[in-house]
Amino acid sequence: MSVLVIAEHENGVLKPETAKVVHAASKLGAEIHVLVAGHNVGSVAEAAAQIAGVTAVKLADDGALDHQLAESTADLVITLAEGYSHVLAAASTTGKNIMPRVAALLDKSQISEIVDVVDADTFMRPIYAGNAIATVKSLEAQKVITVRASAFDAAGEQAPVAVESLTTSVENTSSSFVGVEQTESERPELTAAPVVISGGRGMQNGENFSLLEGIADKLGAAIGASRAAVDAGFVPNDMQVGQTGKIVAPDLYIAVGISGAIQHLAGMKDSKVIVAINKDPEAPIFQVADYGLVADLFEVLPQFEQAL
Amino acid sequence: MKVLVPIKRVIDYNVKARVKADNSDVDLANVKMAMNPFCEIAVEEAIRLKEAGTASEVIAVSIGDKACQEQLRTALALGADKAIHIETDAKLESLHVAKLLAKLVEQESPELVILGKQSIDSDNNQTGQMLAALTKRPQGTFASKVEIADGKAVVTREVDGGLQTVALNLPAVVTTDLRLNEPRYASLPNIMKAKRKPLDVIAADTLGVDLAPRVELVRVAEPAKREAGIVVESVEELVNKLKTEAKVIS
Repeated sequence: MSVLVIAEHENGVLKPETAKVVHAASKLGAEIHVLVAGHNVGSVAEAAAQIAGVTAVKLADDGALDHQLAESTADLVITLAEGYSHVLAAASTTGKNIMPRVAALLDKSQISEIVDVVDADTFMRPIYAGNAIATVKSLEAQKVITVRASAFDAAGEQAPVAVESLTTSVENTSSSFVGVEQTESERPELTAAPVVISGGRGMQNGENFSLLEGIADKLGAAIGASRAAVDAGFVPNDMQVGQTGKIVAPDLYIAVGISGAIQHLAGMKDSKVIVAINKDPEAPIFQVADYGLVADLFEVLPQFEQAL
Repeated sequence: MKVLVPIKRVIDYNVKARVKADNSDVDLANVKMAMNPFCEIAVEEAIRLKEAGTASEVIAVSIGDKACQEQLRTALALGADKAIHIETDAKLESLHVAKLLAKLVEQESPELVILGKQSIDSDNNQTGQMLAALTKRPQGTFASKVEIADGKAVVTREVDGGLQTVALNLPAVVTTDLRLNEPRYASLPNIMKAKRKPLDVIAADTLGVDLAPRVELVRVAEPAKREAGIVVESVEELVNKLKTEAKVIS
């Protein structure tokens, strides 16, 4: 029995989610192979070979796999899936896009966003915006699973294992890549940052998010936002933390001007320490905050920056 | 162009789900139900395509017990032309739903299927992708913009790190993200008119799809409760606590 992990990468760089998925895979007690699918991704495969616990790396480097479009990537994965008891990927937008397509092509029911492995067939996953945790047992002989990366620590490092280059013949005649608009940031990535400071509707406008920047710089934090702040156009949507945005679990989460709606809590309530700054003492965010400060954010944010 | 819009009846998004005392599932007795918010966006997008003259017919479909006809009537009131109810009392997984929808796609041959990206109850985010796979169509998931031109759907997708645009040859499957549009409200005259629009009922077991469970729900539990926190009086106290008590900053 062995497990296939689909590597998460972007711009030729292996993303930290992969080491977390490998850690989840290690709980299945089987050999772990990593598939690196993409175009010009040799460096990704070399990085994947150094994740502790990985026994083999398969490299599929092909123009048809560029940008990991679901149509070609899923076709590739199903040609390799035979022989693997589990196929795993991070529940990132890439993994969420590809894996259900893989599952349906294999005629398997998928299990999404697991947060724990009970045994090789049984997994835990949040439902209803994290208001309940379901324990589910897959009756499928082969499991297709996405993993909530924030629920697992990253696997360590090892001396690199061999990378095997695959000969692929996938093609994609039904979809094509047109372009990408990436949000530039010098700060750590939201899902991997040890500290996250997020603003909500209380920030009032996009310019005021600059009040969070000095604090973020001092703490080495990523800046996030609530859906209200994104919908109001204050900040781009890839900063959204919540059920429908990114799920984070940093050491410290600072919620500023965020009421704490169910959908936002679903994205951050597994943070180790939660701080809430809000002028409304009745805001639901205070029910999950370890430290709450009832105050006007425009007064206290500059003080906070100074005090650090 | 015919557009098919699958919709789901779910717990209202404002309601906090309660776990049953015997931990068998979430308790939905006497809970307010509504159309899944992502499905509302899918309906809205289909109607906008019709208003723009791109779509000729919008068909809403829902799978489940009789109660989901209520959500189909809502879709009709919003502007869908007809509704199809695939009736079943079985607990369905995304794969079952996708297979039933694939049968309907075979019958109706829509050039575009628009679904929500996920339902806010099971939070699976699978059905659209599975339907695309089963019907051998390209997929544009997590769409925040859809443009139809020259036999293609150009879809801007919300991805980690920004936006990605892909071109899909029609027929295609699109799943909606929250920022695709702002759904309208149904007016009272339209709600009245919707009562006279066609709503066909198909028994799920006549479609030849094996609906046997492939995933067993073992247990549903409340998530771990967080310890109640404290309210600090000042920024100094907050920073001090974070440094010395929580030790999360240095």
